[in-house]
Amino acid sequence: MKTQRRPGTKSTSKREWAEETYAAATAKVPERKPRFATLSDLPVAPLYTPEDLEGWDANEELGFPGEFPYTRGVQPSVYRGRLWTMRQFAGFGSPEDTNKRFHYLLRHGVTGLSTAFDMPALMGRDADDPLSHGEVGREGVAVSSIADMRILFDGIPLDQVTTSMTINGPASIVWAMYLAVAEEHGIPLVALGGTIQNDALKEYIAQREWIVPERAAMGLVVDTLRFGARETPRWNPISVSGYHIREAGATAVQELAFTLIDGLEYVKWGVDAGLDPSAFVPRISFFFDVHNDVFEEIAKFRAARRIWAREIQRRYHPTNERALMLRTHAQTAGVSLTAQQPYNNVVRVTLQALAAVLGGTQSLHTNSLDETYALPTEEAVTLALRTQQIIAHESGVADTVDPLAGSYYVEHLTNEMEKGFDRYLAEIERLGGMVAAVERGYPQREITESSFRFQQQVDAGEKVIVGINKHQVSDEEAAIPVLRIPPEVERRQVERLRELRARRDAGRWRDSLDALRAAATAATASKQAELMPAFLECAHACATIGEQVQVLKEVFGEYRDPGYY
Amino acid sequence: MKRPIRVVVAKAGLDGHDRGAKVVARGLRDAGMEVIYTGVHQTPEQVVETALQEDADAVGLSLLSGAHNYLFPRIAELMREKGMDDVLLFGGGIIPEEDIAALREHGVERVFTPGASLEEIAAYVRDAVGRRRGQAARA
Repeated sequence: MKTQRRPGTKSTSKREWAEETYAAATAKVPERKPRFATLSDLPVAPLYTPEDLEGWDANEELGFPGEFPYTRGVQPSVYRGRLWTMRQFAGFGSPEDTNKRFHYLLRHGVTGLSTAFDMPALMGRDADDPLSHGEVGREGVAVSSIADMRILFDGIPLDQVTTSMTINGPASIVWAMYLAVAEEHGIPLVALGGTIQNDALKEYIAQREWIVPERAAMGLVVDTLRFGARETPRWNPISVSGYHIREAGATAVQELAFTLIDGLEYVKWGVDAGLDPSAFVPRISFFFDVHNDVFEEIAKFRAARRIWAREIQRRYHPTNERALMLRTHAQTAGVSLTAQQPYNNVVRVTLQALAAVLGGTQSLHTNSLDETYALPTEEAVTLALRTQQIIAHESGVADTVDPLAGSYYVEHLTNEMEKGFDRYLAEIERLGGMVAAVERGYPQREITESSFRFQQQVDAGEKVIVGINKHQVSDEEAAIPVLRIPPEVERRQVERLRELRARRDAGRWRDSLDALRAAATAATASKQAELMPAFLECAHACATIGEQVQVLKEVFGEYRDPGYY
Repeated sequence: MKRPIRVVVAKAGLDGHDRGAKVVARGLRDAGMEVIYTGVHQTPEQVVETALQEDADAVGLSLLSGAHNYLFPRIAELMREKGMDDVLLFGGGIIPEEDIAALREHGVERVFTPGASLEEIAAYVRDAVGRRRGQAARA
């Protein structure tokens, strides 16, 4: 060990600093861990300096906000003009229950709605399906037909509020029901703004709410891209989602890579079906998770924008600049919440929301502290919303654009994210593209590996979760109020469905399903065959989700879990 | 010579949250057990049929959709109907504390909630199956 540096002198390189100054310090107080890594296990050095950004050109890698490659934001002013949309995901019990929650949230300052459907709706089954028993209205709102959709959006100005709907397998069906309700209110489709999640690929990769096999599902997605570009210019017909990929156990790099590669696959399928990328790519939106590791998350959002702009530009050279802009919703990480000491979750959500805002998200949902027990209570949701409002108005972080740009660490991590994407892109292209990779279970296995490794690290205490493997409280009693869904919801929904079936025009109903079968059959032979008009007629004819899904399964087949673990 | 413990890890109902089930399946396998993972979206009848076919010592149910008060007791009931009294039934997931006692009465011997470690789960399965085998040997 050298002697201590003379006062007033400096190291001339990072290496010199590490070998002298830092080594002397750690000789006295050793580092507190044998290895430092991000939550996703990227190694973290003690210090980042300009040496970590050698060859890095700010003009090339960052540019200016609102300009290629959009690293610093897709809008020039980011949050100085408009704050992000505070969009709280809500849905439980009956359509009446959730409608009441929507009105409550709008009164308390949410600026967009987001609908959580129950498991039967997500899986394309009606409330009276034998497999729906015990699940109606439990994990989201119970919806089986247009009759439920009318109640769900009762009194909501559909031409003023944008609505997001988390629905995938039966996305076209549920979207058509929403459009049909708007038509009943005399609102033209061009005036409607909103999003359907409609991301088929991540269902096989992670979320597991599939209906038909992969390629048929891709065809249904392309059909919505075509219809959307033509009929609903303010609607996002897809929200390409990393959220569920991450929650299933992926690392931040895997979330980023698989999501963007999914997005590129949809674009490819759209272009192959004859769509103009300048017309439909601008309406492709994204949805990312935001986890605990603040800088890693910020880097992920910044890298996502840069990669998307570069890849779309490289592949398609669109005439519409908006095709290059990655717009995203973000949700704090449900998987990071703990049942133990649940009030700690408020702090986790705050850190995550802060990272999403520093990353430049367009829209944000903050989770509630009670969500490891059940869907959130009204009080818990209000606190989650207030968290966003405090960040927006009190913390000052929204007042200048991309404030962390130029941080050696954040830029280094942003570069690492991009390198990780490049590695996965090469591997998935080698496998023949994302659909082929999913069919072979490649991303599924990568995620399972990561999730198992993470659990081992938690069990070994290498990754600390406060309240779980450090600072536990023994004999803790959960004393927070929890939302209960009464079993009457299921009975009432089944009863409503019975009435609808008795009341509807049987001729029009039968014809609508026959027309859907014909359109689906035509779609098996031609990429030009359209299904959305048939789904719209089915909605007006009061055909249920389950009845329409049954037709799709008969024509396209049904997907079954291969059970990788 | 004792055969390895055979465990069916099952996802019943429409719930698609399978991260925990798969991690537990891997963990039990690494702990030396033979694990059969059903995949998601199984009916209660399919779960019980798999456990019978596989001659399982234990069935582990994972549920995060809130349907546990129906699906867990239904599977327990079917297992009794099939005379599978010697098969251990346990579970885990997003399950409020106040539901756990009722699930125990229905025959779900133990319910793990978020934060349980793999070691804890594997040790429990080993002990609980060991107890049952001991009882069976004495009977």
